Amino acid sequence: MIVTSLRPAFVSELTKIRTVRSTAWTLLLTLLVCAGLAYLVGASFRGATRRENFDPLFATFYSLTLGQLPLVVFGVLVVGAEYSSGTIRASLTAVPRRGLYFAGKVLACALPAFCVSLLTVPATFFSAQAGLGPYGTSLDSDVAAAAVGACLNLTLICVFAMGVAAMLRNTTLTLAILLPVFFLGSQGLGNIPGLRTVTQYLPDQVGMVVMHLAGPQGDPRWARDYGPWTGLGLLALWASIALVGGFLVLRRRDA
Amino acid sequence: MAQVIEVRNLSKRYGDKVAVDGLSFTVRPGRVTGFLGPNGAGKTTTMRMMLDLDRPTTGQVLIDGSRYRRLAEPLRRVGALLDANAVHGGRSAHDHLLWLAQSNRIPSTRVREVLELTGLESVAGRRAGGFSLGMAQRLGIAAALLGDPPVLLLDEPVNGLDPEGVLWIRTLMKGLAAEGRTVFVSSHLMSETALAAEHLIVIGRGRLLADTTVRDLVEADPRSYVRIRTPEPERMHTALTHSGIRVREAPDGALEVYGTETGKIGELAAAAGLAVHEASAQPVSLEEAFMRLTEDVVDHRAGGRR
Repeated sequence: MIVTSLRPAFVSELTKIRTVRSTAWTLLLTLLVCAGLAYLVGASFRGATRRENFDPLFATFYSLTLGQLPLVVFGVLVVGAEYSSGTIRASLTAVPRRGLYFAGKVLACALPAFCVSLLTVPATFFSAQAGLGPYGTSLDSDVAAAAVGACLNLTLICVFAMGVAAMLRNTTLTLAILLPVFFLGSQGLGNIPGLRTVTQYLPDQVGMVVMHLAGPQGDPRWARDYGPWTGLGLLALWASIALVGGFLVLRRRDA
Repeated sequence: MAQVIEVRNLSKRYGDKVAVDGLSFTVRPGRVTGFLGPNGAGKTTTMRMMLDLDRPTTGQVLIDGSRYRRLAEPLRRVGALLDANAVHGGRSAHDHLLWLAQSNRIPSTRVREVLELTGLESVAGRRAGGFSLGMAQRLGIAAALLGDPPVLLLDEPVNGLDPEGVLWIRTLMKGLAAEGRTVFVSSHLMSETALAAEHLIVIGRGRLLADTTVRDLVEADPRSYVRIRTPEPERMHTALTHSGIRVREAPDGALEVYGTETGKIGELAAAAGLAVHEASAQPVSLEEAFMRLTEDVVDHRAGGRR
């Protein structure tokens, strides 16, 4: 029963995503920013003179921290546009069971996010290697693990953003909260030693160990209190909490 | 019990403001039922609760005996037009109808059909954000008809339509009711509603004021009267007053006779041997009957008391 009713809800939500322009440009921008910036970062590392503790994967995937932002915007728009346009009332009239509607929406949004990640991460990798030139890395098991982690990270970040948007029911407000978290968390607060015990658990930080973006884990200045896959698990936890919160708001409040 | 909508003791409170207050009524198939009330009477809130968009504070709405939320593929059972502008402006009319159809496993050929039915085929590929209010209203109607539902709930469907569009909706609603469907349509305009609806549910400040037919509503108004012209108004006045009938003198010398019908007056006149030159029923207009019903509950009257 659930599976047979989930399919039409999923297909319908996929059509919604497919038929607005913002989908194409947010997803394309994700790919372009990640891959384009990866080349520039790689090239700047190639030109650098000091390379202590140099991790080619840091240079490879660094661009994802910025490139994930259009993907966050995508996730927020998929949910937020329902409220800004009023479509939510048509949606819930068509699929009045809130859980079914929400499950269909989350799956329909996660699928393109994952597909784009599957394109973006390899494109980012090869673009970065082109930039790094002789300092690049070849595909080995460490790189493959980081790449898989990066794909999951991007998808989960997008799902997390959806959940937050479903809780707040407002595109602008959600972006005003999420974008600073994703900017400042990585670039700013994370470098303050005292705060790092807390900020290392923020959703934009937990996926960084697996992507080699958290700095050398042997160095106490950078070491996190969790390993790469635990970190990704924490992100999955963040995403789940956001989804449950979003679902509860959807179920409780009038549309 | 087919296609019956039952509203039972329905209430909705927002903080200490009561939007809907203990409403109970039944909407039956095969006729257009008008849902009338001044602006702010609670019509839209009631309709949103019918569709399980809003949670009632008390009471419930049953469609064919079950709550809207429990209906499988509800677009095939109930078609609704709530807010015509509640469409993503970046999506085309066709695509809007397509996702709706897919959600309820309605074949996509039906999308073309309702686009034709509502005269939107030529703009099907255009983004809905650029639609006029009339076109948006037609798209809303198309969405409501998508699942060919036996029950239709339309909230102010003629809002913003030109006379041609108003006529189109009226004809459409009557046709749907004639096919045996349940058509429930809200409006704040009595005269317009009376042209399409046989039955009326009138509410004010969230309470039921009348559950009646258009005819009964007018006849029940105490201001309806019979106008009498006679060469001997004084004698006629006396004869009527003696029978306990209220009479007023009009400025032109005619008599206004209240609370009775033309036949009764004729009999009294004959008994008294009085000539009658004119006896015409003067029912109040629907608009007047509606205003009398709702005069105590209108929140914001122009220049009125606060």
